[in-house]
This record gives sequence, structure tokens and C-alpha cells, in this order.
Amino acid sequence: MLLASKVPERKDARKETVSVSFLARTGEYAVVFGHSVLEMLGFIGEIFQSLLRTLVGKGHFRGSDLLLFLQEAGAQALPIVSLISLLVGLILAFVGAIQLRMFGAQIYVADLVGIAMVREMGAIMTGIIMAGRTGASYAAQIGTMQVNEEIDALKTLGIPPIDFLVTPRMLALSIMMPFLTVYANLMGIFGGLIVGVFGLDLSLMQYYNETKSAVRFNDLWIGLFSGFVFGILVATAGCMRGMQCGRSAQAVGEATTSAVVTGIVSIVIATAIITVICNALGI
Amino acid sequence: MSIKTGDPHITVKDLTMAFGDFILQQNLTFTINKGDIFIIMGGSGCGKSTLLRHLIGLQKPAKGKVFYGNESFWDVDRFEQIKILKKVGILYQSGALWSSMTIAENIALPLSLYTGLSKEEIREIVSLKCSLVGLAGFEDYYPSEISGGMKKRAGLARAIALDPEILFFDEPSAGLDPVSAYLLDELIRETCDSLGATVVIVTHELASIFAIGNNSVFLDAEAKTMIGSGDPKKLICECKSTAVRDFLTRGGTENYKDESSQDKPRDDKNETTA
Repeated sequence: MLLASKVPERKDARKETVSVSFLARTGEYAVVFGHSVLEMLGFIGEIFQSLLRTLVGKGHFRGSDLLLFLQEAGAQALPIVSLISLLVGLILAFVGAIQLRMFGAQIYVADLVGIAMVREMGAIMTGIIMAGRTGASYAAQIGTMQVNEEIDALKTLGIPPIDFLVTPRMLALSIMMPFLTVYANLMGIFGGLIVGVFGLDLSLMQYYNETKSAVRFNDLWIGLFSGFVFGILVATAGCMRGMQCGRSAQAVGEATTSAVVTGIVSIVIATAIITVICNALGI
Repeated sequence: MSIKTGDPHITVKDLTMAFGDFILQQNLTFTINKGDIFIIMGGSGCGKSTLLRHLIGLQKPAKGKVFYGNESFWDVDRFEQIKILKKVGILYQSGALWSSMTIAENIALPLSLYTGLSKEEIREIVSLKCSLVGLAGFEDYYPSEISGGMKKRAGLARAIALDPEILFFDEPSAGLDPVSAYLLDELIRETCDSLGATVVIVTHELASIFAIGNNSVFLDAEAKTMIGSGDPKKLICECKSTAVRDFLTRGGTENYKDESSQDKPRDDKNETTA
């Protein structure tokens, strides 16, 4: 008791508990969301400036880091992209076959799987996989660096953290995503092929020819473009949440979760925008 | 920044540190002279590390100025700030080594960025710096592969990579055993002497304060301002604040509240008994 009484309570230290009405809380959330959108736009602007610095040779990242990120975002992602894309192709073929079989039109499963995978699903599924895998990893890496003062050490050396940490990750994902998208497309079509050949009595050549005639170059370019955009969005979400991370273990966990959610939401919104634009352009 | 020993090197004027509406410290005014080993001290949570962050450009003051020589750090553009920071070395509390790089790569990074030295020359300087801090042979180790004391020494090697004019240390002895802490103090003193650097240390380790400090400022969490400054060895006897004297003598906390009657003796009758 004597020890407890020796150091007096600091006058203004105790937190005040204030009850806030539902309306006020809703307003606060809206304001926080608004700030969050502005922060994201500001962050994208800083990344753009950093990319310009890189293009003129004044970038501040290590080439070895870029190669490492390319490997992590590319080759090391192949197993999970293979599995998910194969299964998505299988599922699309199964679901499509149920209806098409009623009309004796099961051959059009090839069209369904081919167009869906190449135009949309290949890029979307790959983007979601990378958001959960790589976006979360980026947020955790950069968030932990924030906790350990490693980012402070960069700042006091005059190295912009965006240049050193964000730009190589952004470049790695935006370069690798189109390749992963093509790979996902092929695996998805292969999944549909398995259903077509073993479940619908189609021949290999029938399935191949039907897919080839259904999928156009426009579908391929839209898919590749979507993959590229999703790579940028996933990297932005992961790196931004990492840079915004607080200085505790809980903050790192929250940043990681937020990076995945932000990445996936961004992908869905971007898909909607791209679809509307393509519709308007008639492609 | 051509400054002679004894001249003002860093000057803080009317500095206020705040987080939103919460004021942590205000009206801080002190001068760090060239060649000083300057101690920033105070109780836990009084804002020592936060003051350090304001001095090294990581947090902008709510009010006031920080001068490096004649330049007001927070009033110049980023380019000028980086020129000032190139002459500064910082050892963070946890070392803050970049975990994806080896010790050698950590030390080499500032050299590769700000000097025109070849890779071979940089490698030689890295070996020299590692030897200076007692880490010869550990150049290819990653931070996760070495102990806490070794991380501090690696952090020090990185801090002195560019032979800075000013060195900042944030709780350098935290987490170290007494022998390691003593050795680190000696290393700091030798580094200061060999580089002719000004050293600023945030600490509450009395052994370090008296062993190497020759100037100081004492921050108080209750008063939210500085309540003592000068040579720590003289503050024990000459400082009017009993809080400062109690801190420096580990004299207990009975008189910690007693700022208004500064030299009132301890009143045993007021002690609470269980």
C-alpha cells in the first residue's frame, strides 16, 4: 500500500469514457472512410512520383530486392494458382453442363469456360489469390518494419520508404500478374477439358477447337489488362496498409487483414468498371 | 556546417511536442554544444524518445524550432533536411537493422548511396566499422542470427558509417547486462573522441549518465516541461528541483510531488502506513 501511494496519479492520464450516439458513430465512420479514400489517392500519387524517379534513374531500391519479389510473386505462386484455377474451371464446366445438357448443347461448355476464364475469371481468381497471399505478406513485412523502426531508419538516411519498399513490390506484382493470369486461364481451360472429356463424352480435339473458335483476342487482352491492374491494386493495398500500420503486434494483424479486404474490394470494383467500359466500347 | 568545439551545434527554442490536442512537453529551450555528450533524461513516459524524434526529423513540432547550426531544420525543404541528416548518425533502441539485409549490407547502404566509393572500398570500410564495434567476422550474418547486444553494436557501426558530426542514441543500454552496458558506454566515448562528434543520448541509466554525460536536460511528465539542465554531476547538488535530485540519486519518490516547496525536507509523518 505504501509503494502504491508513493507515486501519485498523473492528473490528465485517465481516459474519459464517453458514450457516442449511433448517428455520431456513423458520421465518424463516414469521415474515417473519406480520409481513407484520400489517403489511398495520396499514396497512389506518391507511388507515381516514385516510379517517375525510377524511370529517370533516381530510384532508391535494390535490384536484388526486385528479383526476390518477382520470384515470390511469380514462380512461388504457381502451385496455388494452378490448384484454384483448375478447380474454378472444373466448377464452371460442371455448372454450365447441367443446363446445356438439357438442350444437347454440352459442347458449348468449352465456350463458357474459355470465355469466362480468359476474359474475367482467370484475372479475378488470380487477383484474389494474390491479395490473400502476396498483399497480406507485403502488409505484414512493411508493418513489422514499422514496429521495428526500420522505416524510421530509412527516413533518417534520406531514403524515401516508398522508393525502397513499395516500388519494387509494385513492379514485381504488376509484371508477374499478367503471366499468372495467362497461366490461370490455361489451367482453368484444362479443368473444363477434364469435365468435357470425362463427363460429357467430348473428344480432346472437339473441346480444343470449340475453345479456340470461341475465345477472341479481345478477351485475352481484356484479361491481361485486368491482371495488370489487379496487380497494381493488390500491391497498393498491401503496401499502403503496411505503411499505415501502428507500432504493435495487434496493429500488424489489423494491417494484414485490412490489406486483404482492401485488395479484394478494389479488384471487384475495378472489374465492374472495366466491364462497363468494355460494354460501352463494344469490345 | 563548420562549427568549432564548444559552439552551439543543435539549438532547441520553445519546442512544444503534442499528439493532437494532448501536449506532451512544451517550452523546451536548450543548446547542445559541439563535442558535448548530451543526455536527455526523465521519468518513463515523459517524452524523451519523442523529443529525439523531433530532433532527427521524424516528427514535426507543434510549435518551436530546432536549429542545426544556423539552419532551422523544420523550415527548410526536404533536400536541405537530407543534407543535414547526412551528417547525423542514429542508433535506435532496438537497433532498427534492416532485417532482409546482412550486417555488411546494412552498413554499406549509406556508403553506396552518399559516397562515390567503389564496391571494394565500401567492403573495406564495412570491415573496418565492424572491427571498431567488435563485430569482425559477423559481416554476413543477418540481424535475426545475432544477439541483442550484437544488434546494438551493428546499429552503431551503421550509425558511424558516414563518420557523422552528430550521433543520436535512443536508450543504448536498454536490455543489456551491466558489463555490456559499460562496454557500450566506453565504445560511445571512444567513438565520440575519435570522430570529434557531438553525441545526444536518451537514457535513464544513471551509470551511463554519470560516466559519459557532460550536459543534459531533464524532462518532467507532470510539469510537461524541462525542470533542469546542465552537467548531471552538478545537478545533483545545484538543481533546485527535488525531482531531478531524486532521479539522479535514486533517492525515492516521497518528494516527487513537492515542486512548489522545492527544498522542503522529507516529512516522514505524511507517509501512509498499511
